[in-house]
Amino acid sequence: MIEIFGIPSQALFGQLLLGLINGSFYALLSLGLAVIFGLLNIINFTHGAQYMMGAFAAFFLLNYLGLNYWVALVLAPLIVAATGVVIERLFLRHLYHLDHLYGLLLTFGLALIIQGLFRNQFGSSGMPYPIPDSLRGGQNLGFMFLPNYRAWVVVCSLVVCFATWFVIERTRLGAYLRAATENPALVRAFGINVPRMITLTYAFGVGLAALAGVMAAPIYNVNPLMGADLIIVVFAVVVIGGMGSIMGAIITGFTLGIVEGLTKVFFPEASNTVIFVIMVIVLLIRPAGLFGRTA
Amino acid sequence: MTMKRLIGLAALAVALGCAPAQAQWSDGVIKIGVMNDMSGTYADLSGPGSVLAARMAVEDFGAAKKGMKVEILGADHQNKPDIGSNVVRTWIDVDKVDVIVDVPTSSVALAVNEIVRDKNKVFLVSGAAASDLTGGKCSPNTIHWTYDTWSLANGTGNAIVKTGGNTWFFLTADYAFGHALERDTAAVVEKNGGKVVGKVRHPFPGTDFSSFLLQAQTSKAKIIGLANAGSDTINSIKQAAEFGIVQGGQNLAALLAFITDVHALGLKTAQGLIMTEAWYWDLNDNNREFAKKFAAQNKGSFPTMVHAGVYSAVTHYLKALEALKSDADGKAVVAKMKEMPTEDKLFGKGEVRADGRKIHPMYLFEVKKPEESKGPWDYYKLRATIPANEAFRPLKDGGCPLVKS
Repeated sequence: MIEIFGIPSQALFGQLLLGLINGSFYALLSLGLAVIFGLLNIINFTHGAQYMMGAFAAFFLLNYLGLNYWVALVLAPLIVAATGVVIERLFLRHLYHLDHLYGLLLTFGLALIIQGLFRNQFGSSGMPYPIPDSLRGGQNLGFMFLPNYRAWVVVCSLVVCFATWFVIERTRLGAYLRAATENPALVRAFGINVPRMITLTYAFGVGLAALAGVMAAPIYNVNPLMGADLIIVVFAVVVIGGMGSIMGAIITGFTLGIVEGLTKVFFPEASNTVIFVIMVIVLLIRPAGLFGRTA
Repeated sequence: MTMKRLIGLAALAVALGCAPAQAQWSDGVIKIGVMNDMSGTYADLSGPGSVLAARMAVEDFGAAKKGMKVEILGADHQNKPDIGSNVVRTWIDVDKVDVIVDVPTSSVALAVNEIVRDKNKVFLVSGAAASDLTGGKCSPNTIHWTYDTWSLANGTGNAIVKTGGNTWFFLTADYAFGHALERDTAAVVEKNGGKVVGKVRHPFPGTDFSSFLLQAQTSKAKIIGLANAGSDTINSIKQAAEFGIVQGGQNLAALLAFITDVHALGLKTAQGLIMTEAWYWDLNDNNREFAKKFAAQNKGSFPTMVHAGVYSAVTHYLKALEALKSDADGKAVVAKMKEMPTEDKLFGKGEVRADGRKIHPMYLFEVKKPEESKGPWDYYKLRATIPANEAFRPLKDGGCPLVKS
């Protein structure tokens, strides 16, 4: 067996693949954050809670309505996005003209409240959510056993990421969105309902978080704290990629998943700090992030 | 008239003041501080349930009828030793708390252990596991009640090595508890002729364990020992199932798992797991009665061994106070608790050893298959009872300075 840095190559490939899988969660979540920040200028700290709500929505759909994973994959993001509409209309709307900090504090507070309510109701150990029958089992790749479900997560995440990037950067709708953030008055003059567009954009970002939550449910238990554990890492990913950069969020999401995976082999104790170390280095060299534009 | 009443009142006050002292509760109140993880990964297995268990113990003891005024406080240490230390200092210095109870997360418990010793109060550990609490770090103010890493290692580790699981890989939570559990289990494995082929220490708390599980898989060890707890254990087991670890011929040993973990996993995933516990609700009528009363006030969630341990420890503490008629001197209270044999409805008869170790039998359970479970929370089959005299580390082996040989 060939060894790379003292690690059998087989094990190393396995770890790379696992990093990619975790990276797909980072990418999906940071994508939603980047969309919301890029277009609304809101640092959405509720994102972790919304990811958790997606997982819970899937759990409720299965256990109370008997609706399976595939239905949940469509319905749960819609349900959570609807709560996003309420949040945007009730709270965020009043903050757009203020400093970023206000949005951050508001959404952070909301996240704590939502997580607290769920924890109070459902405890902290979480609840089981099974892997859908059609995705059970896995493939023996020779260097590792790849569960079918995880392969699906990577594919699904790549497709969603690419589609989102395409819509925002390459379509007319995306052009309107970007224009509306630059100069809302002008876009409104063209007869476009800017406030509604902004509401829907926020709802879309929230829906992405919930979609990641549904995909996470069969891997991690459905747990009120699952979002809180992840959100700080995802923020680091967004900062490294460059706040608001769609492509930056996607690429750094996947890359940092891999970096973290490799750290787990060479120095496992540091695996949850390595991302922050990278963040510090990147901020020192390029304060706007790797793909960010300096304003 | 008013003058007469005034004199009467004054006389009464003098009479009360001179009445023979009955019991000397410092500040007139016995204050019990239950500190644990109220919101994080260990909140279900201890958390608010431990406060409830302490309250039930006080009620069942009939403290009010015996003229003992007891107050219970709860606090969240968030699994951080600095936060836990601050809470305990404030509790003792400002709120006049007399006894600290529960404190899961060994790193926090070891910090609290030192503070309580300095301030001469009482520390009754139910949730924390590190066997150092009655070993090198033992204290005349501390009693380790429910279980410890040595008893878990010997219960589960022994049973598994003896049925052929002789090569081990450890997945260890990277803090005091994980290290202690790994150390104690490795000792059992090696003593029985087994071999530890590798280990990986993961950050606490973690969410994704697949990388570590893959390393365990590559090691080809027969047994993957999970030296972690709470949602870390839950996620490790769930993800091991996903990666086909058990189908691949390796087995998992959950070295510390609780009934709330099994509940969270569901029997479909948890079936067949072997674990050591100090207490289970379905072992006898007393336990069943307690569990049902507890669950009714705890959102339907059944008590874990940590909750039962809190109940038992608080009961014995109150008995000792009743006998001593004072709560002022922590060392004296603990000495009294060691002198009196323990007996309560959940753990039956037992004793507290010189090193502060509470002694009772431990039980080896196997998680039922879904079709074997007859109702909610019916999760365990009893595989073996480890008698009290074998369940815990022999007094002479702990290296506790309180033990005079």
